[in-house]
Amino acid sequence: MFLIKCPWCGERDQSEFHAHGEAHIVRPENPDQLSEEEWGDYVFFRKNPKGLHYERWVHSHGCRRWFNAARNTITDHIYATYKPGEPKPEIDVNDPIHGNPENQR
Amino acid sequence: MKRYSIFSLLRNSVNYHQDWQANWRSPDPKKEYDVVIVGGGGHGLATAYYLAKECGITNVAVIEKGWIGGGNTGRNTTIVRSNYLCDESAGMYEHALKLWEGLSTELNYNVMFSPRGLLHLAHNVHDMQEIGRRGNAIHLNGIDSQFLTPEGVKKMVPFINLECRYPVLGALLQPRGGTARHDAVAWGYARAADAMGVDIIQNCEVTGFKIENNTVTGLKTSRGMIGAKKVGCVVAGHCSVMSEMAGFRLPIESVPLQAMVSEPIKPIIDCVVMSGSVHVYISQSDKGELVIGAGSDLYNSYSQRGSFDLVEENIGPVLELYPIFSRMKMLRQWGGIVDVTVDRSPVVSKTPVNNLFFNCGWGTGGFKATPGSGHVFAHSIARGEMHPIAEPFSMNRFNSGALVDEGAAAAVAH
Ligand SMILES: Cc1cc2nc3c(=O)[nH]c(=O)nc-3n(C[C@H](O)[C@H](O)[C@H](O)COP(=O)(O)OP(=O)(O)OC[C@H]3O[C@@H](n4cnc5c(N)ncnc54)[C@H](O)[C@@H]3O)c2cc1C
Ligand SMILES: [Zn+2]
Repeated sequence: MFLIKCPWCGERDQSEFHAHGEAHIVRPENPDQLSEEEWGDYVFFRKNPKGLHYERWVHSHGCRRWFNAARNTITDHIYATYKPGEPKPEIDVNDPIHGNPENQR
Repeated sequence: MKRYSIFSLLRNSVNYHQDWQANWRSPDPKKEYDVVIVGGGGHGLATAYYLAKECGITNVAVIEKGWIGGGNTGRNTTIVRSNYLCDESAGMYEHALKLWEGLSTELNYNVMFSPRGLLHLAHNVHDMQEIGRRGNAIHLNGIDSQFLTPEGVKKMVPFINLECRYPVLGALLQPRGGTARHDAVAWGYARAADAMGVDIIQNCEVTGFKIENNTVTGLKTSRGMIGAKKVGCVVAGHCSVMSEMAGFRLPIESVPLQAMVSEPIKPIIDCVVMSGSVHVYISQSDKGELVIGAGSDLYNSYSQRGSFDLVEENIGPVLELYPIFSRMKMLRQWGGIVDVTVDRSPVVSKTPVNNLFFNCGWGTGGFKATPGSGHVFAHSIARGEMHPIAEPFSMNRFNSGALVDEGAAAAVAH
């Protein structure tokens, strides 16, 4: 993860970027009807997977734009980066290098 | 268990140290236990110890996927203190500190607890207000603290550069704070628990739960099925992985936290110095290494490495505050995966599954809580009701509509 590919600027040093957690969280459609339970889930609970993670990044020391990344949280390998609004890329989590459990220790 | 004493030391030294007893057995797992603790870090082992010692439950196993103490317990910078702002945190950490003070005697094992004094530096008006507020708040909770002027700081750490870019304006001192030997804590609890009949099972990974009628009845492990009447999960960075196996989510994300040690040198710093604004904390181990830690990486990861640029971010403040160290070599750098909640307070809680308890979310600062956390968790598991000190740390606090302290007033730095 030394280099990260900003969908707008191309590959840049990792230190230019910041991660901001789980991507594709949709704001509730009927906020006035949510229970405390559901609000808590929406605001505070995040996926924390060991393996494939879809997450938001911002190119804070570059173009300052947001984008999404699909990353393996075991190897820190980034499979793909893509612009907000674009669909989640399908990732083969069984790819021989990064999907191999032997490489995930 | 043969007790350690001056006589055992003498006897064994004339015996060429051939007769020391193994610290714990390595039994095969039984079919069923009254309580199974998942995770052989300090917190898990302490829980097992207090279950046996104080709750009379000795049919207990601690199941560890690697070796005990190989997680964050063996990777942390060992700072122990209790000067937390919030009453609930003060309750937990001061309970722990009181146990630290008698721990070596209690366990008959030298955990090298060293209350050498701990300084929090203030570098700007906000810092001064923060230590003022926190210092006074913790006085009300009966916890020791003193305000120091820059001259007072210089007296304790003569080589500090007070006139750095963000000059040192003052400090909060907790005289009873300090450090302890991390491995010894795991080993001491393991040895004492084993002596009371607790099975410590290493190299055994939990891969799933057996849940019937929403009640946990056992664990799937790499060494087969193990039955359990109650289960306590104490797996730090892996708590989300475990909770997913049990079918619920935790308000926790896992991030790497790094630390490093220098080459060993003669004694130069005899207290712990922390700075939140010029972000670094430093102490010296008994081996002579400077132990250096700072902030965590800010992305989710299970890599136990952390990012490369953070090394520079950690070292920069060291050089700013202590230019005398500028030519030293760093010996080792490593990372641990810490389990962070949005309010930077732990989760010690019942869960949606009956008889399944979780103790996690200690994030970047749970080593200091080890004895207290294990103690209240053991009582909670034994009684089936949370101990009053653990009560505020329920996982439900995020879903109750209660104000969640996202600013982490619990003093994020350790
Ligand atoms: C670099 C660093 C510096 C730190 N500095 C400080 C400090 O100065 N002061 C302080 O108070 N705290 C500090 N901390 C935090 C502190 O280390 C932790 O909060 C504390 O040690 C957690 O203890 P634990 O027993 O809960 O977890 P761990 O010691 O991590 O134990 C959890 C165990 O669970 C095991 N496990 C995981 N999954 C499974 C499974 N499926 N089956 C079986 N076993 C499993 C793991 O192998 C591990 O041994 C630091 C942490 C790090 C990483
Ligand atoms: Zn960019």
